[in-house]
Amino acid sequence: MVEQLPALVVATPLLFSFLIFLVGLFEERTSYPLFFTCLTLNLAFCLALFFKVMKGGTISYHLGGWQPPWGIEYRVDALNGLVLACIGVVSWFLGLCLNHVVKEEFAPERRSQLYTLLSLQICGLCGIVVTGDLFNLYVLLEIASFSAYAIVAMGKKGAEFSAFRYLVFGTIGACFYLLGVGHLYILTGSLNLEHVKELLQATPSSKALTVGFLFLMVGIGVKMALFPLHFWLPDAYSMAPSSVSIMLAPLSTKVASYVALRILFDLFFKTQHTEAVQVFLKFSGWVVSFGIFFSAFMAMAQKELRRTLSYFLISEICFLTAGIASFTRDGLRGAVLHLVNDMFMMGCLFASISLLGLLKKREDTEALDNLSDLGLFPGLSILFGMLSVIGVPPFCGFFSKWYLVLGALESKSWHMAIALLVGSLLNAVVVFKWLEKAFLKGTHHEKEGKRGKALGLWGFKVGLFGFCAFLVFLGLYTRVTIEVIDLWIGF
Amino acid sequence: MLEFFMSKYNYWFYALMLALGLYGATVKGNLLKKLVALNVFQWSIIFFFLSIGATRGGTVPIWPEHGSGHWEPRVFVNPLPHVLMLTAIVVGVATTGIALALLLQIYRNWGSLEEDEILSSMRSQGG
Amino acid sequence: MTEGLLVIELMLPLAAAFLVLLTGGRKLPCDLLPLPFAFLSPVLGLGLVSKLKAGEEIKTELIRVLPDLGLSFNLDALGAVFLLLTSSLWAVISLYSLGYMRSLQEHALRRFYCCFSLAIFGAFGVAMAQNLLTLFVFYEILTVSTFPLVAHEESEEALRAGRKYLVYLLSGATVGLFGLLWLKQKGGTLDFSVGGNIAGKIDPRMWGILFLLLAFGFGTKAAVMPFHEWLPSAMIAPTPVSALLHAVAVVKAGVFSCIRVILCVFGPKTLGSFGSDSVFAFAVAFTVIGANLLALSEDHLKRRLAFSTVNNLAVIILGAMLPTESGIKGAMIHIPFHGLMKITLFMCAGAIFVKTKKEYVNELSGLGKRMPITFGAFAVASLGLTGIPPICGFWSKWYLCSGALEAKNVAFLLVFLASSFLDAAYFLPIVYKAFFEGPGSQKVDEAPWTLTLPLIITALTCLLLGLFPDFLFGFLQFAEKASSAALMGG
Repeated sequence: MVEQLPALVVATPLLFSFLIFLVGLFEERTSYPLFFTCLTLNLAFCLALFFKVMKGGTISYHLGGWQPPWGIEYRVDALNGLVLACIGVVSWFLGLCLNHVVKEEFAPERRSQLYTLLSLQICGLCGIVVTGDLFNLYVLLEIASFSAYAIVAMGKKGAEFSAFRYLVFGTIGACFYLLGVGHLYILTGSLNLEHVKELLQATPSSKALTVGFLFLMVGIGVKMALFPLHFWLPDAYSMAPSSVSIMLAPLSTKVASYVALRILFDLFFKTQHTEAVQVFLKFSGWVVSFGIFFSAFMAMAQKELRRTLSYFLISEICFLTAGIASFTRDGLRGAVLHLVNDMFMMGCLFASISLLGLLKKREDTEALDNLSDLGLFPGLSILFGMLSVIGVPPFCGFFSKWYLVLGALESKSWHMAIALLVGSLLNAVVVFKWLEKAFLKGTHHEKEGKRGKALGLWGFKVGLFGFCAFLVFLGLYTRVTIEVIDLWIGF
Repeated sequence: MLEFFMSKYNYWFYALMLALGLYGATVKGNLLKKLVALNVFQWSIIFFFLSIGATRGGTVPIWPEHGSGHWEPRVFVNPLPHVLMLTAIVVGVATTGIALALLLQIYRNWGSLEEDEILSSMRSQGG
Repeated sequence: MTEGLLVIELMLPLAAAFLVLLTGGRKLPCDLLPLPFAFLSPVLGLGLVSKLKAGEEIKTELIRVLPDLGLSFNLDALGAVFLLLTSSLWAVISLYSLGYMRSLQEHALRRFYCCFSLAIFGAFGVAMAQNLLTLFVFYEILTVSTFPLVAHEESEEALRAGRKYLVYLLSGATVGLFGLLWLKQKGGTLDFSVGGNIAGKIDPRMWGILFLLLAFGFGTKAAVMPFHEWLPSAMIAPTPVSALLHAVAVVKAGVFSCIRVILCVFGPKTLGSFGSDSVFAFAVAFTVIGANLLALSEDHLKRRLAFSTVNNLAVIILGAMLPTESGIKGAMIHIPFHGLMKITLFMCAGAIFVKTKKEYVNELSGLGKRMPITFGAFAVASLGLTGIPPICGFWSKWYLCSGALEAKNVAFLLVFLASSFLDAAYFLPIVYKAFFEGPGSQKVDEAPWTLTLPLIITALTCLLLGLFPDFLFGFLQFAEKASSAALMGG
């Protein structure tokens, strides 16, 4: 069983999606418990896999017993072990929060369909992280994307239009990725990541290689909402139903960022094809610096809470890419650290806003009034999440910013260092506007000692509490994450 | 110069298809046209892959039967890209399926498949 | 064992904050909850400090946050001064705010006391920080936790003041962070070593810009001009906030951080070459005089006190930049002495407001006869700030001027003297008018005892410290130790 872990991580959600659909045809009430079981099993598998990798080094799993490069290989090392563990943990906590929102937003017939698609989404995401085969990655990327398009469309009126736009954008991106894979195939004859890495060492640099690399990066850029390819994100995540954006927002763009890291470093940098990479990174360094400012200003202009969060998400992706673009050890550490931290930050925030929407029945900035009347949550989690986003210590966001700026300074990219620091300040404008509204308005009406009742909702509370705890502990124990990251970076 | 074009005419054709598909998907205002252009775009990539596998003078990639006749080394067309593209075609079909379902819903909700009309209805209704 | 004491002392305000957050308001009144912690804190502080006097080293690394850097604490002579000041004044102010908030029937007490305790937590952390990372973490905790306190009133004006506060302090912190990270990236260490440690590690050409970044970055919290405007605006906060935080904890944390940068990152020897001529020194010197001039023209009492604070903070920083023993010593003891005197003044202002609702200087004529104890304390503190013996402020002014003389820095000496003259010009008239003008004999009608007792205590302490500078806390001793260590090391 333990040897099958890499496959189990993908197979379990896949099987459960069928199960949820079939059982849900008869008895709707089973769909959430089944989904949560799926998430719990997945969490166990992801964590087991992570610890196995930490103890024993890189794991290589041959699907179906076929030797690579003829067969598909699932390969787990420190980097994807870490990302996988985070996906498992974050999705589990988000799963705790889902039940109440889904009950509110979806008619009973629809719920099993939703959970089916969410299971497929998890399957796709875990698969992307675990796989070591480039084409298999494309397939799993599309699995994750399809389920995303469909569940985004299940939202309010207008969601289907945003979902269509998302579909068009996303498919263009995935196809560019495929085109890039094709170029690599022409040049090396293999689809297996490790094998391609070996073969690329012997391949001379050529225009075809550079073009293939660019296609790959543009395709992944669309998927990870890298400025300026981010246009699909704000509409998709704000029009989608609340429960859907909870599951999509923290995870899907980060998984795509992981793919970008793999391609950039494992495939291209470590194989000495650094010229194409260097040019691309310098260019993207300038683009994301601009993107940070752009998304900060856009965030300030939004009235809907989830759209503001979407722009924060975009700027966090730009931060991450700035770390990659600095091309230094500290920058890379910062990028991966930020990937991990941001999953928790965005999970915390989107879930909190979802709870808020549930309790107050509205999702614009007016919903933030008198947040403390609702009890400890979502006030505390919004506070922690927002402070983490702007990089206030001791939350995790501060420490990823620490490494990102160090990386930028080391590579003498002043524009990136300044963008990182000033961007956080600009984001702070929005954050404190929210916090002011939430905690500093209207408490005159609150009678001391009386706390508004948030109806039960234990799932939400446990989930949000978990996120808050993680935000603090990930911050204070950054060293642990960095040590794992260093195992991957190697140099 | 002509040599340069003619020796790789198939790749030039796919590049043209890709550009057309991309143009249609982004610039066209009608959502159905966007979908069709998207399909053209996807198919250009599928054709590209298939061209990779093609070998001059190659034959169908099936092993000759054991025992009958002497076996001589033959040049096979590379089957792998075909296999990959089977998957890609399925992916394309699934994409089109979802897209059509979405278009149906859009039409039901907004009464039009023109992007600008939909956006203006959204603005006037949603505010 | 001593490390345990250190951690407990650090965690006391955090525990208070948690307690208030979780239970305050429901079963237990949240203004009483922090009191036991607040009273325990100076006791523990004195215990720790006595171990320090005995020569023990008190340091601990609480959590190793990054692979090469952790949240480390080290109580040295410099930190002891700040820690003792903050912990003892926390006790005093907790009693005072109890009376103040209740008399005014203030709202949102749970938020108030929770944030107040968190701010003290931040201040303790800053005092005991052993490296720039720890300092920065607690520095930011201080900024964020004091924001709801500044905007407590929730009126438009309070919210605007709060936003201004954040803009200034967060921007300053970002500049400081930039300097900090650049220092680290260039190969410097973020640890504090008394006497400075930058000399061997960083290219001298970088010293200037790094110093400016760090000094101005932390200097915004010390209200160095032109980044001082947030402090007078923050006077809209309730008086306990103004008193403790903006006269003692927040601004002193800023000054303390500047001094850490000046003495423990750069060091007097390194700084001697360019410090006194730098843009920063010029800005600080300008602040000393500028703030006092602004105070003269300011009629709102608390804002006038705020400008006086700006002036005194700048005086402290100037003193620390003098590479002489007396200069640094004077700066070091001015931290607690000014804190005591200023908090007395603020508490008096608060008592006056509670009793008479008067906020402006021109309204205060004759009130001295009605509230003799309050104005008596006011008189003691303002005489001290002017530098008149036998109140403690005299000692700090004495050492500062001697330091300037020793360093043959005539400019600084003139600045110190001019500052004292201006102090007299805007403090003494208040006292005079209160006692000798206005309607004749009135009934004595003081504010409640919870308000007057604390200010009597602090005023008496000012007097006692003026007569015996080493009384109870040993401030002078620590200041001496700190300054000699700074000059020797590095």
